Amino acid sequence: MSKQINVALIGNPNTGKTSVFNALTGLNQKVGNYPGITVDKKHGICKLSRGVKAHILDLPGTYSLNASSLDENVVIELLLNKNDKDYPDVAVIVSDVENLKRNLLLFTQIKDLKIPTLLVINMSDVMKRKGISLDVDVLEEKLNTKIALVSTRKGTGIQELKKLIEQYKTLPKKQCLDASTIEPAYFERLQKAFPNQDIYKLWLVITQDANFGKVSRQELDVSKFKTKSTSELKRLQQKEAIKRYQFINNVLKEGQNIDRSKARDLRSKLDRVLIHKVWGYIIFFIILLTIFQAIYDWATFPMDLIDTTFAGIAEWVKSSYPNGGKVTDLVAEGIVSGIGGIVIFIPQIAFLFLFISILEESGYMSRVVFLMDRIMRRFGLSGKSLVPLISGTACAIPAVMATRNIENWKERLITILVTPFTTCSARLPVYLIIIALIIPEGYIFGLSYQALTLMLLYLIGFGMAVFSAYVLDRIMKTNRKTFFVVEMPNYKLPLLKNVIITVFEKTKTFVFEAGKIILAISVILWVLASYGPDEKFNNAEAIVAEQYADLSDAKIDDKVAAYRLEHSYIGIIGKTIEPVIKPLGYDWKIGIGLVASFAAREVFVGTLATIYSIGSATENESIDTIKTKMSNEIYEDGSKVFTFASGISLLLFYAFAMQCMSTLAIVKRETKSWKWPMIQLIGMSAIAYIFALIAFQILK
Amino acid sequence: MNLTIADLKKGESAVITDSSSNDIPLKLLEMGCLPGNEVKLLQLAPFSDPMYLNVNDSFLAIRKETASLIVIEKINE
Repeated sequence: MSKQINVALIGNPNTGKTSVFNALTGLNQKVGNYPGITVDKKHGICKLSRGVKAHILDLPGTYSLNASSLDENVVIELLLNKNDKDYPDVAVIVSDVENLKRNLLLFTQIKDLKIPTLLVINMSDVMKRKGISLDVDVLEEKLNTKIALVSTRKGTGIQELKKLIEQYKTLPKKQCLDASTIEPAYFERLQKAFPNQDIYKLWLVITQDANFGKVSRQELDVSKFKTKSTSELKRLQQKEAIKRYQFINNVLKEGQNIDRSKARDLRSKLDRVLIHKVWGYIIFFIILLTIFQAIYDWATFPMDLIDTTFAGIAEWVKSSYPNGGKVTDLVAEGIVSGIGGIVIFIPQIAFLFLFISILEESGYMSRVVFLMDRIMRRFGLSGKSLVPLISGTACAIPAVMATRNIENWKERLITILVTPFTTCSARLPVYLIIIALIIPEGYIFGLSYQALTLMLLYLIGFGMAVFSAYVLDRIMKTNRKTFFVVEMPNYKLPLLKNVIITVFEKTKTFVFEAGKIILAISVILWVLASYGPDEKFNNAEAIVAEQYADLSDAKIDDKVAAYRLEHSYIGIIGKTIEPVIKPLGYDWKIGIGLVASFAAREVFVGTLATIYSIGSATENESIDTIKTKMSNEIYEDGSKVFTFASGISLLLFYAFAMQCMSTLAIVKRETKSWKWPMIQLIGMSAIAYIFALIAFQILK
Repeated sequence: MNLTIADLKKGESAVITDSSSNDIPLKLLEMGCLPGNEVKLLQLAPFSDPMYLNVNDSFLAIRKETASLIVIEKINE
């Protein structure tokens, strides 16, 4: 194996760390996971020179080595564990030229761990404009390091950075300051208790928040060394921060010069509008509408294209291998349409992440949090929960993936759990047909009853999401006090490369992670619908032909399909659950529709069409036909199946029930366990059942 | 009664005199909310919460609850 240098990219959030990572690795990067937690592990390979490669690890952004989130904890775990295979040969600290002072705090801490450390000063292209000048030689000397001035926007300085990484062995290892001087006696005792350990490492281990990580406790038991109370430790940490800033201020006094008169104040001009008490909300609302429009409307064009393409492929498989029997059917109807069912979501996911990464990159997302925090806080949500909740109105899958931006785990989990209550576009076909069936045409104040009902359903969905968030917030205990400190970064033009990589990575994650589960369940559902246990299923053609001898061939085929479905496994399941769904006002045919809805809610309409044997009608016709069929559907005693009561019951059931395996799959992927999707499945279905039951029993 | 950041009006500046309360997140201290540093209130969300500050050249938003723990002395301009 050729020589490989382990590089860790470390830095504050919003410094362009990821841009530096992208510039070093290009598309030569992978997103994995740290074992057991939901933090993305981004790493890639960078060729430094002939035969020398660097393995670059892009660590989560952090303001210091004191973790206050799981993401930040990853950084500390790694830097304290010399045995980790990713333990860096060299730490590259990415800072941005405008926030050098704050960025250097982390830098001095990492220097204290005696890891060879390089300093990248990013966004050097704006220096002139902001009136900042740096004396790099002085800074390098005072900070005991080498500095690369980089502009990821202009693409400058990356070659120099690569060269410095390659020569990491020449980096001075001397620390910047001696943190133990904040209370020498205490640190001396600490060192005596653990003579073989690095003193700053000991200090970090002792002060780490106990709720995070095992921080090297496996090799280092500091619990015996409890000579200070938490508040005393906190005071020392404050002293440490003050001491570090004293050092940094002294360094910057010599090495940095800021002429504030040159600074153009884009920030305050934009902030005056974007977080204005009125305009701020209007602008945010318009942005949301645009996102919504994109995933709801613009995405339909590529989605239709995907739909017809996969239908075409399935058709082609069938016609090319007409003698394949069950194998052909499995490929055409199970696998091809299963894959189609995954690919169909790509346009919506790509669109949503296009917008989200632009909002993040530009610095606007922090303003959203600022605007919405107070309102969302009451429900145990974050200001950032609003984007997932709104995009859930198009599709819960990209919405759940979008919760990644919420740093607080509890707020993020609650957002994930309640997002599927919002009315996604797959519910729409079901709503439309049932509304058309049970709500009379007519107008009140110029608004149609049917449109009002639809709007009401959207409101109910959103209301239930917010309400259950409130309940979950009360139920779920965290041993951590949540706190709120949000950096308001500078506004900047998003880098196209970063946006593209984000969209690409998110889409890939969905296709390969959630896709596996979706495909598996599609195939299972197909098998359930295509096989039956007995004679009736296998001899459907003969039986139907005998019963309806006088019908045309097409009509006979429809009847056969309906008869088959009735006697397939899924039909049997539908009949088995009939006693359970009877109190909600549903018969076994609706039961089949409910089970089939697990593939995707809109399948309900198609399944009913098959059951009522109107499969071969054209699309427009079939909506009308299925409506007529449904309204004519009667029980044995002559009473109607679809009444106002059972219709409302069905609407409520679809509004609340968790019937989307794709969402469950993505929740599993985002929460790293089956526990939460199962809670979602059971909880939401229970709520749906209860509401549908009450509605039907009152209205019938 | 000590003045705190929560008492600042939009556009006002002050110097932090005490930020040693245990309920102030460490992250805030590390971002520069330390005695001696200047703080300016830039903007307020509706109901004055959260508050948008400039401290130690950092721009950040904190909740009013936290702001009321950081003791200040106003700068007369």
